[in-house]
Amino acid sequence: MKKIDRRTFTKLAGAAGVAFSLPAGAGVALGKSPRVVVIGGGFGGATAAKYLRRFDAGIDVTLIEPSKAFVTCPFSNTVIGGLNTMARITHSYDGLRAHGVTIVHDRATGIDAAKKSVSLANGGDVGYDRLIVSPGIGFRWGAIEGYDAATSQTMAHAWQAGPQTVLLQQQLAAMPDGGVFIISPPVNPFRCPPGPGERISLVANYFKQHKPRAKILVLDPKEKFSKQGLFKEGWAALYGDMIEYRNASNDGTVVRVDAANMTLHTDFEQHKGDVINFIPPQQAGEIAQLAGLANDSGWCPVDQQTFESSMHPNIHVIGDASIASPMPKSGFSASNQAKAVAAAVANLLKGEAPGTPKFVNTCYSLVAPDYGISVAMVYDFADGKIVKVKGSGGLSPSGASAEFHKKEANFARGWYDSIAQDIWG
Amino acid sequence: MKAKGGLLLAALGVLALPLSAVADAPSPTVLANTCFSCHGTDGKSAGAMPSLAGKSASEIAQRLREFRADERENTVMGRIAKGFSDAEIEALAAQLGSK
Ligand SMILES: Cc1cc2nc3c(=O)[nH]c(=O)nc-3n(C[C@H](O)[C@H](O)[C@H](O)COP(=O)(O)OP(=O)(O)OC[C@H]3O[C@@H](n4cnc5c(N)ncnc54)[C@H](O)[C@@H]3O)c2cc1C
Ligand code: HEC
Repeated sequence: MKKIDRRTFTKLAGAAGVAFSLPAGAGVALGKSPRVVVIGGGFGGATAAKYLRRFDAGIDVTLIEPSKAFVTCPFSNTVIGGLNTMARITHSYDGLRAHGVTIVHDRATGIDAAKKSVSLANGGDVGYDRLIVSPGIGFRWGAIEGYDAATSQTMAHAWQAGPQTVLLQQQLAAMPDGGVFIISPPVNPFRCPPGPGERISLVANYFKQHKPRAKILVLDPKEKFSKQGLFKEGWAALYGDMIEYRNASNDGTVVRVDAANMTLHTDFEQHKGDVINFIPPQQAGEIAQLAGLANDSGWCPVDQQTFESSMHPNIHVIGDASIASPMPKSGFSASNQAKAVAAAVANLLKGEAPGTPKFVNTCYSLVAPDYGISVAMVYDFADGKIVKVKGSGGLSPSGASAEFHKKEANFARGWYDSIAQDIWG
Repeated sequence: MKAKGGLLLAALGVLALPLSAVADAPSPTVLANTCFSCHGTDGKSAGAMPSLAGKSASEIAQRLREFRADERENTVMGRIAKGFSDAEIEALAAQLGSK
């Protein structure tokens, strides 16, 4: 951990308007308001910061996030499919500031669980009474031969929104009519199980209007994918034979990536694409790995009542990085977990019982701008773990009317507007 | 609920029990927060979702029971409402209903 002397410390603290604690010996906010530090200003972290302040305005909340604005993965497929601009999916942190959250635009480089402090890339440390970590995903670069961070600059993953989203959108816009777009989703578990299906759909919608002779090849290392029946029903109705889907037993598993030749190799074949979207296997975000919060699976084990880490005390890991199964890795899940954890942390800081959580998740997907589908589930906490409430949740009905799909597409947009406002507003 | 639960526990003199022994129901706040991802913070929708703000407790309870029993047309609320018990619906309605 980088040390700073008192002079630098005072300067830093003054400049950032943040009360930094000294790295050693200084103790944490003794006799002052309790301090919670949140790493990551995405779906989990930003919700946690806002809701902590709602639960107890006496808590000093500091959010550490490198980006000045957050670009959401949800609805990024509408940008890739040419329906929306980046502005539609970009959210400022001013809303959180208005709730009294102190925002430090920096990257956390380490966590000292014994000293209860987080070190920052630009120097300095921030002390905490409790820490909430929601860093999202990292990629297992190199897990598939030939695909690493450098390769992703030509063969986009677009599984973290931002420049990658723009890259894929521009490549598709530049692709000739009659070209081939290949998309290869990852093995489980990964961020947003229905995300690839939605992306395939909205690229197909774009091709149908602008490049009707283009083809889409899906190379999936799994046997089946989320909402498969509903997606395939929609594809058959809307996109004819534009989409070819190959699963694992149909030679869908990519074993090697040749970016220079825009080619994906499976066990038995090789496929050349004009544009390739390769989504690599995933794990908890880098800081979780650095801080020893992840286990051998690459994800972070937690107590599913409070999401306190099983590896280190006083640190709560939420969102995609955590092992919250049976909840899927979604923005909706991350935000719901954040609210329950904010309640638990506010209670624990007062010396009270954390309370029992309850969670909901719903993932809307657009098969076309006026064709929405969804999958939902409600979760209880019982016998020490998160369980699905029997009889609740499930998929939109199959064989539904065009009117029903139109309503769900409208509610998908309504969901996006509400959750964005609920988190960053 | 939290306050009530606390009082009840205090009355029973079991406050000193280890945390794991206290099998509380989720607080009304925790329950209601799950709705805001669709219906907006405090039930004030930011777009195409219906707002809950301004509705009475009895209307909210009534609607949730109808959704749960498949007695009211819906796209998703039936699937959501089936995840909440009678007691939870009452708690939600009291928490979200306009006062
Ligand atoms: C194409 C696509 C579509 C999707 N659609 C949906 C959808 O419709 N509905 C849905 O619910 N979910 C959807 N998701 C999933 C959703 O994006 C994720 O599940 C959600 O973002 C997880 O939230 P999180 O807080 O764990 O991570 P994130 O939201 O990714 O936030 C992590 C934040 O942590 C920050 N961070 C990381 N490391 C550090 C560090 N060391 N120091 C400081 N900050 C750090 C990052 O900058 C980032 O801002 C979709 C995902 C994709 C890829
Ligand atoms: C996945 C998004 C979603 C979630 C989560 C959700 N709702 Fe809804 N709600 C809807 C939609 C969409 C409708 C309109 C009916 C339909 O199509 O299902 C609705 C309708 C309603 C209505 C009727 C409104 C009216 O004007 O008639 C009530 C009441 C309601 N919801 C309460 C709740 C409560 C309470 C919760 C939390 C337990 C909740 N909802 C969670 C999406 C959601």
